Amino acid sequence: MTFWVTQALNGISFGMLLFLLAAGLSLIYGLMRMLNLAHGSYYILGGYVGLATIKVTGSFVLAALAATAVVTLIGVVMERFFLRRFPEQELPQALLTFGFLLIFADLSLWLWGGTPQTLPKPEIFERSIRMGTIVFPSYRLFVIGVGLVIGLGLWWLQEGTRLGAMIRAGVDDAEMARGTGVNVGLLSTAVFALGAFLAALGGIIGGPFVGVYPGADFEILEMALVVVIIGGLGSLKGAFVGGLLVGLLDNFGKALFPELALFTVFAPMAIILAIRPTGLFGVR
Amino acid sequence: MKTRIAIRWAAALAVLIALPAVLSSYQLGLLTKMLIFGIFAMSLDLLLGYAGLPSLGHAAYFGVAAYTVGLLALRVANNFWLDFPAGLAVATGVSALFGLFALRARGSYFLMITLALGQVLWGIAFGWRSLTGGDDGLPSVPRPRLPLPWPLTDGGPFYYFVLAFFVISILALSVIVRSPFGRALVGIRESERRMEVLGYDVWRYKYVAFVLAGLFAGVAGNLFVYFNGFVSPSYLNIVFSAAALLMVILGGAGTLVGPALGAAVIVFLENVISAYMERWVLVLGVIYVLVTLFAPSGLVGLVRQRLGSHPA
Repeated sequence: MTFWVTQALNGISFGMLLFLLAAGLSLIYGLMRMLNLAHGSYYILGGYVGLATIKVTGSFVLAALAATAVVTLIGVVMERFFLRRFPEQELPQALLTFGFLLIFADLSLWLWGGTPQTLPKPEIFERSIRMGTIVFPSYRLFVIGVGLVIGLGLWWLQEGTRLGAMIRAGVDDAEMARGTGVNVGLLSTAVFALGAFLAALGGIIGGPFVGVYPGADFEILEMALVVVIIGGLGSLKGAFVGGLLVGLLDNFGKALFPELALFTVFAPMAIILAIRPTGLFGVR
Repeated sequence: MKTRIAIRWAAALAVLIALPAVLSSYQLGLLTKMLIFGIFAMSLDLLLGYAGLPSLGHAAYFGVAAYTVGLLALRVANNFWLDFPAGLAVATGVSALFGLFALRARGSYFLMITLALGQVLWGIAFGWRSLTGGDDGLPSVPRPRLPLPWPLTDGGPFYYFVLAFFVISILALSVIVRSPFGRALVGIRESERRMEVLGYDVWRYKYVAFVLAGLFAGVAGNLFVYFNGFVSPSYLNIVFSAAALLMVILGGAGTLVGPALGAAVIVFLENVISAYMERWVLVLGVIYVLVTLFAPSGLVGLVRQRLGSHPA
């Protein structure tokens, strides 16, 4: 019983982290039909910048601010000065973002070394929570909380604001949205920045339990892609449900069948691709 | 015109045949690797340059062939006539399976799905330690013993062995892309809708191209494991798949010779730059960005542009 509850909570908290990554990836795809292969790099850059800030200031909050600010700026620069030149051209976009992935990976290795590192937790979440026989680190509950808050915030942004309405219009039909006066160019930058922000936030809150290390960029990118494929492209609900599903599958897979760990994530993806190519909540 | 092209091909082949006489054994090894990666890049070009399908998981077929040959040679029997066809069969089988999934998508979604499918194999190779050796890979895979007067363990004979496959592959692929089938692929690349209206079974053409590309990637993977004597999960993963895309684009998609040149350039640069500095990955990343920004039609495209503006 303890095993199941602990693993489930671990899976859910990892799922929430994946949701942060997948939501950005999915929104960017939805609006621009673009696969951003550097999305996992935003995660490690967020983690490393956060780590460097904590070392200087000792503050988790300042680390989160610095990491998200730096990475969002990087995202904006990538979109404005590079990706913008190749609208609707998936191959140049993929090559460019892959180039950035390699550049960020090697720069991180150069600057911060190859040893896996973890961010220190904020002090109030150092302790564990005891419920009967189950002991659970409170930080994991904090992660779940952050995921829920961000999920609600994104949902409100998409359904309740003017910006959200423009994004939805752009996702549905960018040409038509442009015709009705939506500045799709600016919208693309905004969505790209939002995606980078969420991924950097992922690096900060994932830093204390997943850690940052060379290769984490690829792993996180892959997991987020699986989430998006399972959940459905361009769908926030899909990213949320898919994130939870993949988080749980990954966690139980690793705990129960260590040799087939990744397979427990990929096999369901293949099944969903076979029977429902648009994913659980995808429209197209 | 036709004879001029034939003469050019014969001259290129003569150079490739003569080169071992002037190269050191190290340089010859590098050239062998260029030819193998050239076959790999050309196999992807069939998909990308002709059918217009940008696969981001092409390393899967290269890697699965290499693992098959490596495992058979190490654990069953080092028999070329068994191992080599088995490698091709597995590569073809896997591409036949993955093609069913991948061809349901197009554009960025096709990239995403081929990437995810490729990573499935990477995950298996990485995780299933008892079979694949996990991260350590399969070391000391022997070269095949063939009834030839020269042992393939020597660099020279092995180079000619690879060159033979390179020539066969480039001839076979040229025949394929010039055939009505290849023309139809180009038509599909330009306008799928139009080809459908003309009565072509578009899906079947794309599927056959997908499987053929997997088969030729398998040829390269087979040769590579013999050449390198070692295969690890990194030959299955996205970095290698993306490198193949870069080779094709750098050389010039849709030209066959271009991607082979692109492969040679990347192999060469990796060797030279890694010898002088530790930051090859950084340089490679910059190459991706520069090629995309400044040479989207590749080296062959640049040459053609030059020739076009200065008629000789």
